Amino acid sequence: MSNRCHIATRKGLFSLTRGDAAWRIERASFLGDNCTLAMHDPRDGALIAALNHGHFGVKLHRSRDGGANWQEIATPAYPEKPADYVPKHTPVEGRPADWSLKLVWSFAPGGADEPGVIWCGTLPGGLFKSTDGGDSWELNRPLWDDPLREQWSGGGADEPGIHSICVDPRDSRRIVIGVSCGGAWVTDDGGANWRRGGRGMRAEYLPPGQEYEPNSQDPHLIAQCRANPDVLWVQHHNGIFRSTDAAASWSEITGVQPSVFGFAVAVHPHDPDTAWFVPAIKDEKRIPADGRVVVTRTRDGGKSFEVLSNGLPQEHAYDLVYRHALDVDESGERLVFGSTTGSVWISEDSGDNWSTISTNLPPVHAVCFDKHQVA
Amino acid sequence: MITVRFTRNLQRHVACPTLRVMGATVREAMQAYFHRYPAVRGYVLDDQGRLRQHMAIFIDGRQLRDATGLSDPVPPDAEIDIIQSLSGG
Repeated sequence: MSNRCHIATRKGLFSLTRGDAAWRIERASFLGDNCTLAMHDPRDGALIAALNHGHFGVKLHRSRDGGANWQEIATPAYPEKPADYVPKHTPVEGRPADWSLKLVWSFAPGGADEPGVIWCGTLPGGLFKSTDGGDSWELNRPLWDDPLREQWSGGGADEPGIHSICVDPRDSRRIVIGVSCGGAWVTDDGGANWRRGGRGMRAEYLPPGQEYEPNSQDPHLIAQCRANPDVLWVQHHNGIFRSTDAAASWSEITGVQPSVFGFAVAVHPHDPDTAWFVPAIKDEKRIPADGRVVVTRTRDGGKSFEVLSNGLPQEHAYDLVYRHALDVDESGERLVFGSTTGSVWISEDSGDNWSTISTNLPPVHAVCFDKHQVA
Repeated sequence: MITVRFTRNLQRHVACPTLRVMGATVREAMQAYFHRYPAVRGYVLDDQGRLRQHMAIFIDGRQLRDATGLSDPVPPDAEIDIIQSLSGG
């Protein structure tokens, strides 16, 4: 079980450790700065934090001593846009993507067999790869140059972005990414060739006849089961979907109470039938149903769901949980999630009971446990 | 020599001392500065070499006109100030 996790917030990165009896905030890094994402690399223990300085842009920092000391590292940079470049397609927004980094939206360590490899998903839709632990980054051109990429659109942001990167622990060349809005994309050769993998995802709000268009889907987060990587779950803008064929096709799961809407999903690392979600009222309101913070859990592949609320606020609570703000540790027993109103809760029994770590942190963007195994 | 100065708000994030550099345009002067302090470039310019959207450059108190190419001419003894383009209250 993991005894350490990190909470990336609007005003800094907070590292939590579990003592003999309870969790406590051990360290605050980057206090006052907007820390949008953090990653723990299980291969070498490095921490990487993404900061968005607004006026000054996005910057990455790395710590090799658990967060005691940080060093600024390279930031993914888009290549110079050719002067004669003309988009082949007009995106939904009616203007082509700006070839300039807007936000670092996802990290994933490469496979256990490729130390130093880190994948990074960004707005406006570029996937970057580092082979040296973040000292340098290169844009994945096969995906960026795919004409279908130009059809991606923003989902909740002005630009499209890659928020999910799932590296298959059996074969690190097999990667599934999630794009808002661009659906799921799959490579079998480490990114040299890509194909769409979102068949079956449904967006009921699209014009008639386009509801199942794979390249228009808005998966909020895609999560993969470590023990059975062919099984992936998605919390989609339109609901919950599950794939059992490595993202090639998806089955919609309906009737989940109190809501199928949300942003976050976590999958049990050993059991592909067990997954957790944090529901909210769809979709303009984005608050918990009835002012009650709950987690939903299925243990039978989506046939049924339990509503977990022990230890969570059950009246006048309006916490929203962003897509990267829920994580499960390697045991599948410990979970952590954080909210837009600065609350953080941890469970040590797979979600049956929750402890409040804080209700006073800055708005939480993302959380992650320290882990020892990749994926 | 041209004097290049940065807002103190940026000095919190990256070392960017006031320097005297050569250059006929803002771009040339900034390139000379970034040659000495390469880490500063990404805080001021975006991936395409344009002035970041919410940054501002003043040459002897006059605001930069060409935020894309930084082609504004610079007098030999000018003072260049790089600040945030602040908004809000």
